[in-house]
Amino acid sequence: MALVEVKGVSKRFGGLTAVSEVDLTVNAGEVHCLIGPNGAGKSTLFKLIVGLYPPTTGSIFFDSTDITAERPYARVQRGMSIKMQAPSVFKELPVRQNIQVALQERLSGAECAAEEERLLALLNLAEDSGKLAGALSHGQQQWLEIGMALALQPQLLLLDEPTAGMSPEETYKTGELIKSFNAQGMTVLVVEHDMAFVRQVAQRVTVLHLGKIFARGSLEAILEDEKVAEIYLGKTHAH
Amino acid sequence: MLKLLEGPQTLGRGRIFWSCFLAVLAGALIYPLFADSYDVGNFAYFLIWIFMALGLCLMWGYGGMLSFGQTFFFGIAGYGYGVLAINMGGGTATIAALVLSVVVAMIAAGILGYFMIWGGISGIFFGIVTLSATLVLAFFLGQTAGPEWHIGPARLNGFNGMKGMDPLTVGSFDIEGSALYYLMIALIVIVYIALRMLVNSSIGNVIVATRENPQRAEMLGYDVRKYQLLTFVIGSGLAGLSGALYTSWGQFITPSSIGLPAAAMPIVWVAFSGRNDLTATLVGSFLLLFGFQTITVYSQQAALVLMGVLLLATVMLAPQGFVLGIGKLVVDWWSRRRRRDEGTALADTGRLQSDET
Repeated sequence: MALVEVKGVSKRFGGLTAVSEVDLTVNAGEVHCLIGPNGAGKSTLFKLIVGLYPPTTGSIFFDSTDITAERPYARVQRGMSIKMQAPSVFKELPVRQNIQVALQERLSGAECAAEEERLLALLNLAEDSGKLAGALSHGQQQWLEIGMALALQPQLLLLDEPTAGMSPEETYKTGELIKSFNAQGMTVLVVEHDMAFVRQVAQRVTVLHLGKIFARGSLEAILEDEKVAEIYLGKTHAH
Repeated sequence: MLKLLEGPQTLGRGRIFWSCFLAVLAGALIYPLFADSYDVGNFAYFLIWIFMALGLCLMWGYGGMLSFGQTFFFGIAGYGYGVLAINMGGGTATIAALVLSVVVAMIAAGILGYFMIWGGISGIFFGIVTLSATLVLAFFLGQTAGPEWHIGPARLNGFNGMKGMDPLTVGSFDIEGSALYYLMIALIVIVYIALRMLVNSSIGNVIVATRENPQRAEMLGYDVRKYQLLTFVIGSGLAGLSGALYTSWGQFITPSSIGLPAAAMPIVWVAFSGRNDLTATLVGSFLLLFGFQTITVYSQQAALVLMGVLLLATVMLAPQGFVLGIGKLVVDWWSRRRRRDEGTALADTGRLQSDET
C-alpha cells in the first residue's frame, strides 16, 4: 500500500527546472532510498515532500490524502518526521531540551522523562545531555537530530543525508538503527550519497538524474544497471 | 505547577535565590515605612515601566522578535484608559477601564501581529514595521488638537495630551502614593512569577525553540506562527498595562510618551539588562530607570546621551547584557565554590575512613 505518492511534480526556480514531472511511490513499511549525482534534484524533491517548497505543478499524497497545499507542521502532525541535510538542531539549547521539545507534544510527565532517557541512551548522548547542542561534534548533532525525528514516532521517517560527516562506525550504527525502526513498521525515505550505507539499508531505490526519474527498482537491480553506474561516473548527461 | 518557577530558561534557582527574592520583596514592602511620600511616588513611577520591559524581554529575548512597538501598545492602553475612565465616570469604574484598556491593547497586538507573522515578516523587518506603527500613532495623536477630536467627553488634545481622567479608585479610595506603590509591587510579583512559569513550561520550550530555529520547530509539528502571535500579544499586553498604569498615575498622557525617543528606551533597558532572562531584565530595568530619573533632575539631555552610550557599550562589550553577564558570573563562581567544598568534604571523608581502617 502506498504511503506517499508524488504525482507529476515539477519545481522551477526561475528558468531552472530542478525537478521535472516526477512520479514516486513510497510503500508503507519499506526503506526507500533516493539516490543520484550532485544536482540531480534529490534534496529539492525531499523538500517538496515535506512542504518546504510548494510544487510548480503536480500533487503529493500522504496516506491517500492530498497534502500538496499543507504547511510542513501539518504534514508532521499527519505522521511525517524529518531530518534535514545540514544538522538542524537548537544550538543554543541543551541537548536534553532539544529532545524534550520533540517529545512534549506526544508525552508528558514521567512517560516523557522515561522516553527522554531512553532516547539519550540510544543516541549515546546521555553523558552530554547538559551540553549545548551547538557544542556537540558534527556527527553527534546528526544523531541528535535523528533522535528528535524519531521522538515523534512517525509513520514516515524522512532522512536527508543522515550520515554526512559521520565516521564509518557511526554510519554503520545509524544504518542498524534505521533497520531496527523499520522492523517495527516505520517507513523510511532516505536521500543518500554513501552507496555502502544504501546497500546496508535500502529495500527499494529510485535514481534521480537532472531532475527526472532515471531508474527505479530493487537494490540489486539498480546496482546491476550499467546506466546508473555511468551517471555516477559522469558519462551520461541525459536519459 | 510550582516546579515551573525554575528551569533552563531562567537564571536563579534553589533556596539561596528564592531567599534573596524574598529578602528584596520584604525590603520593598517595608520601604514606604521609612521613605517620604515623594520618594515612594517616584518608586511607583519607576515600577510602572517594568511591565513594558518584561514584555519586551519575553518577545525579544525568548521569542526572538525585536519589537519597536512597545510604546505603540503603551499609547493605545494609556489613551484607552483615559477615554474609558472619563466616559465611564471615574470611581470604581476606573478598575474596569484599566482592564479594558489592556484588553484593547492586546486585541490591537493580535491584529497587527497576525498580519505581520502570517505575512512572514521577521528579523529586522519586524522591528521596522512595529516602529512604523508606533510613529504613525504618535504623529496621528499629535494632530488631534482640535475640538473635533474627542470620544464622548474625552478630548485627545494633540501634543498637549489628554487629561482629566481619575486615578485608579476603589469606592471612594484613590489608589495613589503608597497604595499605588503596593499595587505595583503586587502586580510585578504576579507578572514575574507568571512569566517564569510560562517560559519554563512546554509552551516556553516551543517559544525558545522557535527563536533558535523556526524551521526546525515547525518540522517538529508546531505551528510556530501561533506561538509567535501568543508571545507578541502577551508582551504587548504588558506594555499596555504600563500605559494604563502610567495614565492613572499621572492623570495625563501625551504623544511624546509614544514617539521615537520613548520607543527606543525599552530596547536600551532590555539590551543593557540581558534580554534572555526575566530576572536580569527586572533588576537592570529598575536600575536604569532609577539612574535615568536621578540624572534627569540635573539634565534630561545628559540622561538621554547616557542611555545611548549604554546601548553602544552593551552592543560592543556585552551583547548578552551587563546584568545577565554579572548574574552568570555569580552563578558560575557559586557553582565552582560548591563543587570545591564538596570535593574537600569527600576528601576529608576518605581520609577519616582510611584512618579508621
